[in-house]
Amino acid sequence: MSREFIHLKVKRQDTAETSAYWEEFKIPYKPNMNVVSVLMELRKNPVNVEGRKTNPVVWECNCLEEVCGACSMRINGMPRQACSALIDKIEKSPIVLEPLHKFPVIRDLKVDRQVMFDYLRKITGWVNIDGSWELGRGPRFPEKDRQWAYQLSRCMTCGCCLESCPNYSERSPFIGPQAINQVRLFNAHPIGQMDREKRLDAIMGVGGITDCGNAQNCARACPKEIPLTVSIADLNKDTTLYGMKRWLYK
Amino acid sequence: MAEKRIIVVGGGLSGLMATMKAAEKGVKVDLFSLCPVKRSHSVCAQGGINAALDTKGDNDSTWEHFDDTIYGGDFLANQTPVKEMCDKAPGLIYTMDRMGVMFSRTPEGLLDLRLFGGVKYPRTAFAGATTGQQLLYACDEQVRKWEDAGMVKKYEEWEFLSAVIDDDGVCRGIVAQDLATMEISTFAADAVLLATGGAGMIYGRSTNSIINTGSAAGAVYQQGVSYANGEFVQIHPTAMPGDDKNRLMSESARGEGGRVWTYKDGKPWYFLEEWYPAYGNLVPRDIAARAIFKVCVEMGLGIDGENKVYLDLSHKDSDFLNIRLGGIMEIYEKFHGDDPRKVPMKIFPSVHYFMGGIHVDYKHQTAVPGLFASGECDYMYHGANRLGANSLLSALYSGTVSGPAIVEYINGLDKSAKEVDKKHFEQELKRQQEWNDKIIKMDGSENPYKLHQEMGDIMTENVTVVRYNDKLQQTDEKLQELQERWHNINIQDASAWGNQGLMFTKQLWNMMQLARVITIGALNRDESRGAHYKPDFPNRNDDEWMKTTKAKYTPDGPVFEYEEIDNQWIKPRPRKYDVDKGASKNE
Ligand SMILES: Cc1cc2nc3c(=O)[nH]c(=O)nc-3n(C[C@H](O)[C@H](O)[C@H](O)COP(=O)(O)OP(=O)(O)OC[C@H]3O[C@@H](n4cnc5c(N)ncnc54)[C@H](O)[C@@H]3O)c2cc1C
Ligand code: SF4
Ligand code: SF4
Ligand code: FES
Repeated sequence: MSREFIHLKVKRQDTAETSAYWEEFKIPYKPNMNVVSVLMELRKNPVNVEGRKTNPVVWECNCLEEVCGACSMRINGMPRQACSALIDKIEKSPIVLEPLHKFPVIRDLKVDRQVMFDYLRKITGWVNIDGSWELGRGPRFPEKDRQWAYQLSRCMTCGCCLESCPNYSERSPFIGPQAINQVRLFNAHPIGQMDREKRLDAIMGVGGITDCGNAQNCARACPKEIPLTVSIADLNKDTTLYGMKRWLYK
Repeated sequence: MAEKRIIVVGGGLSGLMATMKAAEKGVKVDLFSLCPVKRSHSVCAQGGINAALDTKGDNDSTWEHFDDTIYGGDFLANQTPVKEMCDKAPGLIYTMDRMGVMFSRTPEGLLDLRLFGGVKYPRTAFAGATTGQQLLYACDEQVRKWEDAGMVKKYEEWEFLSAVIDDDGVCRGIVAQDLATMEISTFAADAVLLATGGAGMIYGRSTNSIINTGSAAGAVYQQGVSYANGEFVQIHPTAMPGDDKNRLMSESARGEGGRVWTYKDGKPWYFLEEWYPAYGNLVPRDIAARAIFKVCVEMGLGIDGENKVYLDLSHKDSDFLNIRLGGIMEIYEKFHGDDPRKVPMKIFPSVHYFMGGIHVDYKHQTAVPGLFASGECDYMYHGANRLGANSLLSALYSGTVSGPAIVEYINGLDKSAKEVDKKHFEQELKRQQEWNDKIIKMDGSENPYKLHQEMGDIMTENVTVVRYNDKLQQTDEKLQELQERWHNINIQDASAWGNQGLMFTKQLWNMMQLARVITIGALNRDESRGAHYKPDFPNRNDDEWMKTTKAKYTPDGPVFEYEEIDNQWIKPRPRKYDVDKGASKNE
């Protein structure tokens, strides 16, 4: 598709408290741009379609290669990474940019995803080693298991899965697919699994795994293609068995 | 003495490792970072981390690792700390393994190793092609455990502005700014560690995350801390050029069998294999970058006449590539469109890593007592050229040194930060507040991002692979002109909330200071060594230049001193890669 300009429509918000408004921009087209590089061009000349000078758009990004998770936003209604959203592959115009809906806005496209890190604390999201001193070789681990566990461990806390999950919201207690997936990861590790029950406890009960309605949106939205629904199904089994055991041996 | 508290600025590998080490010893840590620490630049590292685990029957040894590193660094690094790093590397990797890093495995479940540049044996542990991400996550998780235990308090989305230094010249805390509220505050601490990473943004586009401005290092440089070996900037031979950034195609691509070539007389020409038969495609980065530069720029043999050559993995099996190199296969496919499993990738060298950095002693302390630095922001382990997969190691290892060294330092202090005269904090706060107020009112005609682009362009043009004194001189003049024009910036956005332009304008000033350190450092050094190459002075000159560069700030520009090097372990010898490097003796 040949275009002279990239037409952007951005949902803006000046502070955490003020209300949102829309602003549109036209940025000269170059081949091989992505949403981040368009926003970078814009701040070199922050003028809106009406020709008025305006504040440059605020957004988050670090790595620009889809590995840090910073740049999530809604692009034409879909949660995804801005850095890997290639302009040449987006046919719709204008391109609509909005902050993620399910997290508090800090400014413009930048949101506060602290809650995702808090949930990692809640699920004991670490391998509880005695200390970082040398103790010789770690445990052996079969390569075939390592390969699927590695897939899970690539989660970059971007929040696209939570954004797309119908059961997750700022107000719901549901912990969401990202943290559940991490439970599976730590429970797969030979040392990590020593805290297995603690993690299963953390995702049972209110806000836990049973709040998932199996809508499968999360796995489709994950830019790292993490098999989230497989993780959820797997832990559903584990929590059920563990729940029975807990009940039997009470 | 009151409760002990330190500040760590930076939550990449080095900062997190140091935090863990301090917390383990019962010292509380305030941890500052521009972004949630889990998004730090260390996530970008792809290829792997070196340690002589010797699990492949090669008789590899930590001595060999040490010798490769010193030789690869062209005899500029102080040898003792490098030796200790290589000795400790295997234990460190095993610790990371216990923390849950999903390292790739051998059929019997041990850590697998791959080949990297400048070495003869597989010595690089890896987790697919996202090793940095996996290592960083493991450290992030351990620090979260300490956070949960109340030992670590995170200040994420805060920017370090400067150190608080008292009349005795001792560091007592920092000034930092909240990136949402824009509030500037002081924080007291018994000691401060900077682990603020590299500075790729000085060159505009690089393989680095775009938060790697080096601004924190630039700030303490202006407060009197020396900056060492600035002129040694690593250019990685294989990156995908882009308008927003150059995306790295890891050296592991060549470690796993990737070949570099272009067309000559209508036929594929594997110039690295032809020129360097002993190491082939796995010559160190400075050598490979110069070769590609020569082929494209001097011989005009780039693909389709452009500055690009092929990095070819298409002869390898797709499943093998997905398992071993999946991370970079995805990046190339996503950002370029072509499938690198089927067609060769097109690449060109890019600015990648800073061997130079904040000058520190062997305990990672700067000349300012109480102010420490470790990780890519220090200058310690790589001499004139870094070997691939050695910087994840140095980032982690330096944290295992700086963390405990800080604890030792604060245990010897006679007064805690809380007992220090308040006026030192007030003075530094006032200085930063005034600077902030000046910038927010700037209503000139320059755009900070365009100025940055101009700086990056001239630095990339003249201070990378090949350096000429007249060009370096012109670059320094241009940098001074840009500094003048910085004062004429129009800040565009004067709001007191989440103002990224304001912060960028501050960072730009600090980047400009370091740009001069790099450029004049290169101008002064009339020899060729590692990444620093001057065709007019093509040889290494040990008599005059086997010395650490130390730049000190003055308002009129940097002044330079040169320091002798610790060469007590390995006698310097010429560095060549067309033949085997030969062995040094471990006596
Ligand atoms: C694309 C790429 C691939 C690489 N691959 C490899 C590899 O395979 N093997 C290898 O060994 N090395 C590799 N490297 C190099 C390696 O990744 C880095 O050298 C290393 O990760 C640096 O770690 P660090 O802890 O020093 O800094 P970083 O990870 O950069 O962390 C810096 C921290 O400091 C914080 N910070 C910075 N400034 C401030 C401030 N003013 N205020 C507050 N906080 C601040 C940041 O928020 C961040 O938390 C690669 C580098 C790149 C660019
Ligand atoms: S499968 Fe569960 S977690 Fe995933 S989107 Fe659906 S409800 Fe949400
Ligand atoms: S699971 Fe996927 S979508 Fe969810 S936070 Fe992790 S990387 Fe993002
Ligand atoms: S900037 Fe890191 S994921 Fe997009």
